[in-house]
Amino acid sequence: MTATTLAPADLTMDRSPFAQFLGDVWVLTRRSLARIRREPETLSDVTIQPVMFVLMFAYVFGGAIGIPGGGSYHSYLIGGMLGMSLAQTAPGTAVAVVTDMETGLIDRFRSLPMSRAAVLTARTFADLLTQVIGAAVVALVGVAIGWRISGGLGNAVEAFALALLFGYAFTWAGVCLGMVLRSAEVAQQAGFIIFLPLTFISSAFVPTQGMPGWLQPVAEWNPMSSLAAACRQLFGNPNPAAAVHAWPEQHPELAVVCWAVGMLVVFAPLAVHLYRTKTH
Amino acid sequence: MSETPAIEAVGLVKHYGKTKALNGLDLTVARGTVYGLLGPNGAGKTTAVRVLATLLRADGGQARVLGHDVRDEAAAVRRTIGLTGQYAALDEYLTGRSNLIMIGQLSRLTGRAAGRRADELLEQFDLTEAGSRAVKTYSGGMRRRLDLAASLIGHPAVLFLDEPTTGLDPSARALMWQIVRQLVADGTTLLLTTQYLDEADQLADRIAVIDGGQAIAEGTPTELKASMGSQRLLITLAEGSDAAAAAAALRPFTTRPVIPSAGDSLIEVPVTATDGLATEVVRALDAAGVKVNDIAVRSASLDDVFLTLTGHTAEEKTEENETQEVPA
Repeated sequence: MTATTLAPADLTMDRSPFAQFLGDVWVLTRRSLARIRREPETLSDVTIQPVMFVLMFAYVFGGAIGIPGGGSYHSYLIGGMLGMSLAQTAPGTAVAVVTDMETGLIDRFRSLPMSRAAVLTARTFADLLTQVIGAAVVALVGVAIGWRISGGLGNAVEAFALALLFGYAFTWAGVCLGMVLRSAEVAQQAGFIIFLPLTFISSAFVPTQGMPGWLQPVAEWNPMSSLAAACRQLFGNPNPAAAVHAWPEQHPELAVVCWAVGMLVVFAPLAVHLYRTKTH
Repeated sequence: MSETPAIEAVGLVKHYGKTKALNGLDLTVARGTVYGLLGPNGAGKTTAVRVLATLLRADGGQARVLGHDVRDEAAAVRRTIGLTGQYAALDEYLTGRSNLIMIGQLSRLTGRAAGRRADELLEQFDLTEAGSRAVKTYSGGMRRRLDLAASLIGHPAVLFLDEPTTGLDPSARALMWQIVRQLVADGTTLLLTTQYLDEADQLADRIAVIDGGQAIAEGTPTELKASMGSQRLLITLAEGSDAAAAAAALRPFTTRPVIPSAGDSLIEVPVTATDGLATEVVRALDAAGVKVNDIAVRSASLDDVFLTLTGHTAEEKTEENETQEVPA
């Protein structure tokens, strides 16, 4: 073997721990993005699916759903669809984490002199980028069906920022799910079981006013409702939740920030803890 | 040698529920040598590797790699080791070269150094052409080679190879052996686990036979073969022959007591084969007045080694491990 030896200049040992962390996150985020470049169909979650959902809700259910206080269902729909398309990337995050566990790649990473938090952080960064794509797709198809922003550009930017903060918090929940589940199939099913009710028992697609009395508080306190209401308010779209007296409906933006920060504070450290200690 | 050993483990214990995967494992591996952990499935080999590679925390005992404690100085250990697990730990969607560069950069190499090492390793492992293809197009043998290359990218001083050839066809296996021998020539310390007696014999300087999470025999391949017999002599006696007389006549050929079995007509004896062994055995039996119908010499299998060392076969033990609690 004629391997060259490594000189000190070939190594990055002298970097600060934070610089090492950033370097590792960069390397691993590029890894996840390379996968998307090679197999763009992995993006169907945030491209084809939202388009289908928007069209189905707008043209199939939309006509049957009345908005208390009036307004176009098409304009109403986009605020809710934004939350759904972002939150539903979380099961994908879980599947990716489980797959890395199953193939032994996470074991390899754990045996390397690399940052402990970088693997999961990179995963969430890559998924945040797919969420940006998802948000753009929802907005574009929204414009195509007649959705318009009438609350000013600054407010619209704030709405997208809130949606992405919310979506990012969900990716950490997805990472935790991936760390505790045993197979990709289970992760997919768990995602379905958790995220479908989360999306539908909310004001994402229908106003809560039409729900039975016992279900209304659940929907009103659902973070998905808060995001939908916040987006509708900021976009200047019909927002029947404004007439609901529940606290999250009256302070939707603050509610979204509380939910997102709360989830990040719980799930990010939990995910890193699981990563450090968990072995399959 | 007063030098710190590459690997030093004392009394490692690891429980999974009631099962003791490691039950007081002791190991000492000198620098620059190949150490083989030989044992059946469920013997605790992989658990031992995972503890030593800082992936798993032992419930008891101590282990040091190049003088660094695997529990308290895990970061220092990770800077010196490479790990190749039982399954190729690679990103299926990246090219072979991208995988190597990624692992290189995460092993604290600069991007440039990682690229250079990736190209060197692809060439050494005969993967230059495949290097630009996604790993999911690779064959099993190519994956294993790339996986091994990945664990070498940071020039680890100590390398763990967990069953590097399990599931490979004979030619891929031979290629892995060749690569492992080259590594040793480079001065890398190697801890290798295997279920194959011949693999441990071919590659390792010293072997520990693992059973129930403990080393039940340890030594050089020559020492172990001498004590366990590398071959088995199978003798079928003619009807009415004196089995006890036959056993007495066979005693000089083996280090282990001769136990007549199967209705006293079939005798199996661990031996170390030498030229003309069968001739001498037949002569000795004839001199003792024993008539022989059939005589055969075959290589000892892992099962034979286990039978000799423990009185049970490797397979039986695996079942026991799953169903029976080992008393403390």
